[in-house]
Amino acid sequence: MKILVQSEDFDLGAEVAAMSGGRTDIGAIASFVGLARDMNEGSGVQAMTLEHYPGMTEKALATLVEEANARWALLDVTVIHRVGRLLPGDPIVLVAVASSHRGEAFAACEFIMDYLKTRAPFWKKEETPDGTRWVDARASDDAAAARWDQS
Amino acid sequence: MKLHVLYFARLRERFGVAEEALEFGGATAAELVAQLQARGGVWAEELAAGRTFRVAVNQEVVALDAALPEHAEVAIFPPVTGG
Repeated sequence: MKILVQSEDFDLGAEVAAMSGGRTDIGAIASFVGLARDMNEGSGVQAMTLEHYPGMTEKALATLVEEANARWALLDVTVIHRVGRLLPGDPIVLVAVASSHRGEAFAACEFIMDYLKTRAPFWKKEETPDGTRWVDARASDDAAAARWDQS
Repeated sequence: MKLHVLYFARLRERFGVAEEALEFGGATAAELVAQLQARGGVWAEELAAGRTFRVAVNQEVVALDAALPEHAEVAIFPPVTGG
């Protein structure tokens, strides 16, 4: 398991290679990369700054990964979330999940992202032509996370 | 009891403070919120009933009726928006 909160960019290929390197029991790696968009709530976004709660962030991410491990038979998980100022097109978050078969890997990857969106203490502030604004939490993210409570 | 209180994101900006040491005479998170509301101004506005915010105690989100332990690290912040 690897959990990182960092300002630096990450390399998806290198992270996936690091998971599978030296082992032959992994049959599937599912990965998700979230990127900074140039548009939100109908206006252009020139940049965003991600703030977090050092200490709690790492604990919250570890808890998400532990919950995924309890639900599915996973062989490895990597979560990297960037903080600081990012530009449109910049990668924000990486989740990669290794398992024996694709079903567990796909499901756990989506689960971790859905829970990360609603439980990990990160906040986005956008720079737009009309000034800066804090991003509001979305009900659709709560709904996405709630799906996993029922299953 | 003594508490270490942290604020993040929009609340940190509006309150104009990132962290403070507080002397607290109550017992629960709700009572701490009430004590902060009593400061008036942006405190009363942002922590008013119906406003959405989260409270974490020692880095875990809790319900407002949670008891606060001595020397707790309490954080108050808006709903999260990472990912």
